[in-house]
Amino acid sequence: MIEARGLSKRFHDKKRGEIRAVENVSFRCEPGKIYGLLGANGAGKTTTLRMLATILEPTDGTALVCGYDIVEQPEKVRASVGFLSTATALYPRLTAQEMVEYFGRLNGLDEPTLKKRVDDIFKRLDMDGFRDRRCDKLSTGMKQKTSIARTLVHDPPVMIFDEPTLGLDIMTARTIIAFIRECRDRGKTVIFSTHVMSEVEKLCDVIGIIQSGELLAEGSLPHLRDKYAERDLEEIFVKVVTPHYLDVEAS
Amino acid sequence: MSLRNIGIVYRKELTEALRDRRTLISTIVVPLLMFPLLTVGFGAAMVSLLNKAEKETPKVMVLGGADSPHVLADLKKLEGLQFVDFTADWKDRIVNKEVGAAVEIPEGFETDLGRQKSDTVRIYNYKNEIKSEFAANRVEKALKKYGDTIVKDRLAAKNLAVSVLDPFEIKQENVAPPEKVGGAAIGGFLGYFVIVLCLQGAMYPAIDLTAGEKERGTMETILSSPISRVHLVLGKFFLVLTAALVTAALSVTSMGVSFWGSQKFHAFDAGSASDAGSSQLHISVNGILSVFLMALPLAVMFSAALLTIALFAKSHKEAQSYITPLMFIVIIPAIAAMLPGVELTPKLALIPILNVSLLCKDLIAGTYHWNLIAIIFGSTCAYAAVALFLAVKMFQRESVLFRS
Repeated sequence: MIEARGLSKRFHDKKRGEIRAVENVSFRCEPGKIYGLLGANGAGKTTTLRMLATILEPTDGTALVCGYDIVEQPEKVRASVGFLSTATALYPRLTAQEMVEYFGRLNGLDEPTLKKRVDDIFKRLDMDGFRDRRCDKLSTGMKQKTSIARTLVHDPPVMIFDEPTLGLDIMTARTIIAFIRECRDRGKTVIFSTHVMSEVEKLCDVIGIIQSGELLAEGSLPHLRDKYAERDLEEIFVKVVTPHYLDVEAS
Repeated sequence: MSLRNIGIVYRKELTEALRDRRTLISTIVVPLLMFPLLTVGFGAAMVSLLNKAEKETPKVMVLGGADSPHVLADLKKLEGLQFVDFTADWKDRIVNKEVGAAVEIPEGFETDLGRQKSDTVRIYNYKNEIKSEFAANRVEKALKKYGDTIVKDRLAAKNLAVSVLDPFEIKQENVAPPEKVGGAAIGGFLGYFVIVLCLQGAMYPAIDLTAGEKERGTMETILSSPISRVHLVLGKFFLVLTAALVTAALSVTSMGVSFWGSQKFHAFDAGSASDAGSSQLHISVNGILSVFLMALPLAVMFSAALLTIALFAKSHKEAQSYITPLMFIVIIPAIAAMLPGVELTPKLALIPILNVSLLCKDLIAGTYHWNLIAIIFGSTCAYAAVALFLAVKMFQRESVLFRS
């Protein structure tokens, strides 16, 4: 379970002054559901997810992840979360197995449990063929599988994906999409950000449309279709976002 | 504080460092090879070049002397010199290294010698050009010998012994114990190397573990794990410290072996091991261990400072440009301690780097000023603690970790 309560994040830039990356964002993600955060580049998706993963600290507001407060108990939150993005690279000089074991140990797993968990995941993701190969020698698909194994090793109840398919070829992207679905089917709370409409249509139980750091619309796809009287998600997105764009430009 | 977590990070960083060619080269290969190459390789090349220059018979040109035929004849009989005919462009020929030196016999020199009037014989050379200087020295030596013969003849003509010119002999003798002689000779040098190599050893891993992580995109990966940032920075810090100490230890070992080896070689080369042994420099193991003990807080300070600075950078290249000035900040006080006459005082004992560098000279010489040692150890530990505190703080700043 994730519950964001008025999350805000402001950065200070020497040239541009104060930047409001996220402004008073509140939403709720339930276990066994996928929440899709849809937004253009720079809309505030990554900052929101980084705050939920406690990589960044909110300027205002907070969130509860599995009942733990992201400001007060960040280490407990991180132990309950699997975080995957295209920016979460692998250590090039570790092997795929060492990479996954390293994160298992950091998550407090004892050696017998870790061994069993690693063996299970490597078998499930068909990774045994390259478990002893260094990460800098892996193909993109193998790297993605290793990243998935890294996020799964401690079996977290919450999964956060930040544009996980960005820049990937179609086959690798399909592996990720299948993995996200599998997480939902296993009862995990899943939140993922994207600007690809088709991914949202395929996967999400609840959609949040974010622009300029503000959550402008939220609901299931049928609900959004009814509300904005449009079938196509892209048209809905444009309808939601355009007035805000005009406001921002005017100001 | 979880030692387990710090240990997990340390082990992982060590595994990666041992697989990184660049880290291995800067931490292990360079310190192991530098001194043998410097002492044996460079030293042997230098000795061989000097021997070659010495064995060559230098070409010497005589300027003037037409009215001193006997002197000229005597000069040309001198061994180890090859006289060439006078040419008007003699200066150019010296500069072009065709002629080693030129000797100018003043007008009426022979007559003046007969009258016992002193003249000046000038020797022209190319200053700092090794072969020309050898030639000039050899001419000067030969002329002195020739002058001595004339003096001897003059004294003999007056029935006087040669000892009349040397009423007594002067001889300097060392009374300091061998380790103090060794300390004075290379204590500062050793301190300088330990300090600079501690920094050098820590430099590459510090960059790789911070700016390198950002560049490779693994910083966000590790920050998404439950490890606290304090444990993370401490794990990284201990790896950088290990690299600093390993580099310094290997360097000193390699330096000691090279130094010992070259002394043995020279003793053997001189053909008299016992004579050469008496002039060998003695450095005590205790002295070297004390230097290492004092270098420990300094290595802590360097490792933490380098981590702090390198973390601020976004890439290897940027980190290197920030760290290069630090190298000068470290080298200047380390060199200042080697200057003659700069001695340890309570005030200087508070200046970081300079204090340890000065203390190294005393420690190698076997001199232990315990009050100053306490001040230096205490102050360096305090500076190290501040640097480590800054490194930890830096790891908690989002603006630094996600600087773009």
